[in-house]
Amino acid sequence: MTTAANTAPIVSAAASPKKDDGGWQWWGTLLVAPYLVVFVVFVLYPVGYGFWLGHNIESYVEIFHDPIFLRAAVNTVLFLLIAVNLKMFVALLLSGFFAIPRWWIRILGLLFILPWAVPSIPTILSFRFMLNPEWGVINQLYFNLTFEDGPNWLNDPILAMSLAMVVHIWKSLPFWTLILLAGRLAIAKELYEAASIDGASNAQKFAHITWPSMRQLYVTCTILSMFFTLGDFNSVYLLTGGGPADLTHVLATLGIRYIRLDRVDLAMASIMCALPVMLPMMVYMMRRLSK
Amino acid sequence: MRKIVGEARLLLIGIPVFLWTAIPLYHMMLFALSPKEAAFKGKLWPDNPTLRNFELVFGQKHYYLNNLWHQMWNSLIIALAVGLLTLFVATAAAFAISRLRVRGGRIIMNMALLTYFVPAAFLALPMYKAMATYGLLNTQWALILAMVTIATPYAIWVLKQAADKLPLELDEAAIVDGATAPQLFRHVFVPLMAPSMVAVGTYALLLAWNEYLYAFLLLSRDVDTTLAVALGAFLSADDSPWELLMTTGVIYALPPAAIYYTFRRYMAADLTSGSVKT
Repeated sequence: MTTAANTAPIVSAAASPKKDDGGWQWWGTLLVAPYLVVFVVFVLYPVGYGFWLGHNIESYVEIFHDPIFLRAAVNTVLFLLIAVNLKMFVALLLSGFFAIPRWWIRILGLLFILPWAVPSIPTILSFRFMLNPEWGVINQLYFNLTFEDGPNWLNDPILAMSLAMVVHIWKSLPFWTLILLAGRLAIAKELYEAASIDGASNAQKFAHITWPSMRQLYVTCTILSMFFTLGDFNSVYLLTGGGPADLTHVLATLGIRYIRLDRVDLAMASIMCALPVMLPMMVYMMRRLSK
Repeated sequence: MRKIVGEARLLLIGIPVFLWTAIPLYHMMLFALSPKEAAFKGKLWPDNPTLRNFELVFGQKHYYLNNLWHQMWNSLIIALAVGLLTLFVATAAAFAISRLRVRGGRIIMNMALLTYFVPAAFLALPMYKAMATYGLLNTQWALILAMVTIATPYAIWVLKQAADKLPLELDEAAIVDGATAPQLFRHVFVPLMAPSMVAVGTYALLLAWNEYLYAFLLLSRDVDTTLAVALGAFLSADDSPWELLMTTGVIYALPPAAIYYTFRRYMAADLTSGSVKT
């Protein structure tokens, strides 16, 4: 790792006569102090306390005997593998679509960002209402088409889990599309022009120019998205509430369930179980970002 | 001809993208504008669109809505406080780390980054316990400080990235002229960083306004909570007045949408390019 290579050394010896007077360091310390306080009081202490609460081996024995925990762990893994990757792949494709210069695509792009910009609670409740088996609009359309009653969407754990993934994708797809679009627009146009002259097809341009330039960004975004998705409480809680029969929990909602049962130790233990997955990702991200 | 085929193929993507984005939002709007009986009939547009629901909501004419104005005010105050505090903490830290090169700045940056990677729902539980220890539970400070904690790491990261791009010569010139650190901050750093600061402030403000989990965990009394929690409370009943819920939802969603569009230019430039280093 390079030491702050791109951090311009402001107080270079030549330029600054005041380099060693101490005032700069004093001011620097004073100005980072608010963040340090926030970090120590609201991150370091709580997390340390959490570790302490989660160090009891009996809690782990207990949660590993809890079928709801095991189900939640599997759901979480599926959520990360399926929802995140599907979302990132679609975002990659859509970033290509939104890069096409058309007036109506630009307007569509303005609309497309809305799910990300507005709060999740009303929109997820809107989804929930559409899926209501009795008066939801989806089953009404279903009835009009088939003259039969539609399924009770959220009463089936697999369907409910899949729909929570749909909601999650609906909510966060715009953000990643925007970021991948920024990555795409940063690629030099000359490369594409040269490829066009050589008679390359669109697929060839993607394989030889777009993808190699965006691969790293894509991987970084995917991992970052996995962190955010691990912390996504809303998509599951507001759509299914963990039901039916506590079969659609993920780790983010399970912790709250344990808190409700007044079992903070189990809540912390269930979160700790995500650490082995998170640590390698954290190390990778730190290496990527703190260069 | 080829042009028309090409345009049609684009529409083949554009129309599903439009429907996918708009349907849940449209559904919300439709309910807000529908009379109670008509709302459940599955029509694409109500026969008699009405603003009656808004009247009921703004008049607090349902027992779910008893504290609506109060909760809207709470949401607003909390979001503003989070936006300003985040901006203050993050700008100061970014200046110290990037321009003053404070000792240990690199470590602080890494701490912030690591915090950024901790999933929000995971930090919620230990933070809930900590807030109880500090005696802040069920006070709005708990939510404000929690959201500042969540927002600052990313804010510092974005601001530091932007600060690193400022030309050195400006600082050097100011230093030669005898500027002190506070003068450098006020007369060089803040003016140049203003666009990024707008982006970061907006980001923190929207984050706080839109937050549900932390608000629901940290604030329990009806008079202290935010609109998000009030909306969540609708869920607890079987006979929820959905048309009023959706109306409140529209009211709750409009300000962040408006703020986003107002500051979109800043957000797009800084949040997207700053969030993930390419």
